Amino acid sequence: MPDSTPTPPAPQTPPAVSSTPPAPSTSPVVSSTAPAPTPPIASSTPPAPTSPVPPTPRRLHLAAAIDVPGATRVADFLPLARFADEGLLDFLTLGDSFAAPGLDALSVLARLAPETRRVGLVPTVTTTHTEPFHVQAQLATLDWVSRGRAGWRPGVSTSENEARLFGRRAAVTAREAWREAGEVVEAARLLWDSWEDDAEIRDIPSGRFVDRDKLHYADYAGTTFSVRGPSIVPRPPQGHPVIVADADDPVRRDFAVRHADVLLVETSSREQAAAFSAEVRAEAARAGREPADLRVLASLTVELSGGEQAAEPGHGGGGPRPTAHGPHYRGGPVDLAELIGDWYAAGAVDGFHLRPAEPGRDLERLVNGTAALLQHRGVFRAFHPGSTLREHLGLARPANLHLTASAT
Amino acid sequence: MSHQRLPQQPRPAPPQQPRPAPPRRSQPPGTHRPLHLAAHFPGVNSTTVWSDPRSGSQIAFDSFVHLARTAERGLFDFFFLAEGLRLREHKGRIHDLDVVGRPESLAVLNAVAAVTERLGLAATVNSTFNEPYELARRLASLDHLSDGRAAWNVVTSSDAFTGENFRRGGYLDRAERYTRAAEFVATARELWDSWSPDGTPRPFAHHGRHFSIEGEFTLPRSPQGHPVVIQAGDSAEGRDFAASTADVIFTRHGTLAAGQEFYADVKGRLPGYGRTADDLKIMPGVTVVVGDTDAEAQEKATEIRRLQVSPQNALLAAEQVWGTDLSGFDPDGPLPAFDPVVDSDVVQGRVRQGDPRALAEKWRGLARAKNLSLRETAIEATGRQSFIGSAATVAEAMSHFVDSRAADGFILVPHLTPGGLDEFVDQVVPLLQERGAFRTAYTGPTLRDHLGLSHPATRQTPKDAAA
Repeated sequence: MPDSTPTPPAPQTPPAVSSTPPAPSTSPVVSSTAPAPTPPIASSTPPAPTSPVPPTPRRLHLAAAIDVPGATRVADFLPLARFADEGLLDFLTLGDSFAAPGLDALSVLARLAPETRRVGLVPTVTTTHTEPFHVQAQLATLDWVSRGRAGWRPGVSTSENEARLFGRRAAVTAREAWREAGEVVEAARLLWDSWEDDAEIRDIPSGRFVDRDKLHYADYAGTTFSVRGPSIVPRPPQGHPVIVADADDPVRRDFAVRHADVLLVETSSREQAAAFSAEVRAEAARAGREPADLRVLASLTVELSGGEQAAEPGHGGGGPRPTAHGPHYRGGPVDLAELIGDWYAAGAVDGFHLRPAEPGRDLERLVNGTAALLQHRGVFRAFHPGSTLREHLGLARPANLHLTASAT
Repeated sequence: MSHQRLPQQPRPAPPQQPRPAPPRRSQPPGTHRPLHLAAHFPGVNSTTVWSDPRSGSQIAFDSFVHLARTAERGLFDFFFLAEGLRLREHKGRIHDLDVVGRPESLAVLNAVAAVTERLGLAATVNSTFNEPYELARRLASLDHLSDGRAAWNVVTSSDAFTGENFRRGGYLDRAERYTRAAEFVATARELWDSWSPDGTPRPFAHHGRHFSIEGEFTLPRSPQGHPVVIQAGDSAEGRDFAASTADVIFTRHGTLAAGQEFYADVKGRLPGYGRTADDLKIMPGVTVVVGDTDAEAQEKATEIRRLQVSPQNALLAAEQVWGTDLSGFDPDGPLPAFDPVVDSDVVQGRVRQGDPRALAEKWRGLARAKNLSLRETAIEATGRQSFIGSAATVAEAMSHFVDSRAADGFILVPHLTPGGLDEFVDQVVPLLQERGAFRTAYTGPTLRDHLGLSHPATRQTPKDAAA
């Protein structure tokens, strides 16, 4: 499906120009300077099943982290992934670092892909000490094995400890590492587009398996690497896996507004969240992006009690409390549903990325308590209307750069 | 991208502790040596017949599920994926006649781990364009996530052509690629050994010619201790390297006699490294064509060869030998009369095998002796070891190959995706089992168990001994 999701142009390629009219905005929150109209909280009508990327009404997006420090067994992750899947969440995230005990996150999510049906799978994959060509191939493959559910939360490595594990380069500053991460994303998008979707032709008379005119060199030259291409992996089902990025400090926000589809922001109040959303959308627009193509999710740690009691005093009247590790919500699942419904209705955010303090306990309460109540109130979906992560998020499948370029 | 030889690695004397005997397989009593089977996922090569109407997707996950589950139903030791790091080129353009494109091996195998229970999962991963810390971690992750089924086929990359996709870039000469590969495997094993048996990380430091790294590995010992290491290679250096280090050798030896020579030579090198004949399995890559009768199988095999070597592919194979453009030639006509171009860059991303003049002479000899056209000559010259016949004939021949110590088993390279193993598993495996030559059930959970290899985790490491 052609559409208008812009790809950041690579230095040596002309800007992508869509050959099709822009898709209708998928969200009323375009500039976010004014709160969006309140959705009907009491409506019990689920969104009707629609074609893959419909001009959808605004939807609440929920995601959860399934990090289990130091875990090495499938059994440590599988129940969490199933909760996220059965709870109809948009996606789950799994963090990763070369310096912290634990498995390779993309490997874990590839292992979980056949055991889940709809939930998006978003590993952290770092970019500082890796080969961009391998990184894009791994993510494209995660998209293939999950049938279009892959995302990517790019990360960087800035410590000397991590640099010594590779012995290839000295540690770099966060600013340099994130600038490089941006180049890795640009190169990855070029490589994902290096195959047109219909490059495989299996033309028996001419004996050709592919049409080589539909395969393209990336020829990306970054400041620390270059890649010739094409990719070895055919274009993934989603075109490009969904890019999720933290947008907190200025350096990471600069990366996120340029490259991410989903921006995660840590904030402890609705007003701050609304201001933040408006800010990142404005910055994205200045970077040449369509603000309606972004989803902004509030990211907070949740520590859920078993009952429905109100949030404990000291938690901001039911809201999250700012801590050194970001906003922290402690209270009942019902109150969390109130908070989510309130921030969402006010147009402050498009949804939430929730980090369970105690994964096994809190994810279960999140799904069976909070998400279930939001479904009952018609705020959250009752089923996944599509099958890919882009469809869950109402994000269009990106047009191939080479098609949009040649159509101009 | 092709499988490259690895060199001799100068290695210190092996640890003095005797290894525990590998676990006994509970084979049915019989007079045959046990046989090992593995399956190659058909892909980027001229074996795969993509034009067959039964040929499905080479990339959709369902294809991997079907082939892996068939291999597991057949109680195979492992499922094997090749690797490519740049699309092949011919005459400066992307090669378009064979299957092009494939997913990344380790991500696929982690997903396959979810839909299989016992099948070993072998990934070909290049040692030239990876770093030991990252790759050791990804391989150990697969071993943890598959409960001990991971294997690594170590290859090196050819040249600056592939390097154009990587930070490392440029050219690493042949000898350097090999020493880097040797040090890479040794370093990965140091990383896998770096946690103490009680499950706490120990700092490691490796300072060598190619890698100077230190820190802490992020993962405890994986279920197999070390993922199984597979290598390919025929040179004297490659044989020594495999004898010192590898658990499995993937070979191309065609005839029984050539297989026996290779087998005796490689197994003979093992004692020099403190290893026994059981420590290294020799598994040639083969194709199998099964028919109701031997004659029918031969007919099928002939037809498959014609499909594999299309007129366009025949010209391409000849261009690879002659090192020059032959687009004016008739595939059904005679071979070129002129001598091949020796220093040719017609082929990129694939190794030109041997001396082109000798190869061209061999082709001419074949064509003269049997009065063959160019295409027919290509069909004859480019085949690989095959077992062709009724199920009984194939079972007998394979078992004989193993009994005669020409191999410990085979890596099957089917010509169809995803159904290319169905006939073999349904018809030949039961006959091998009847003969007592092949297992009737998996006897252990890990790939090392299937292969009858000891678990390094049960061994005392030199570090522990010194402590």
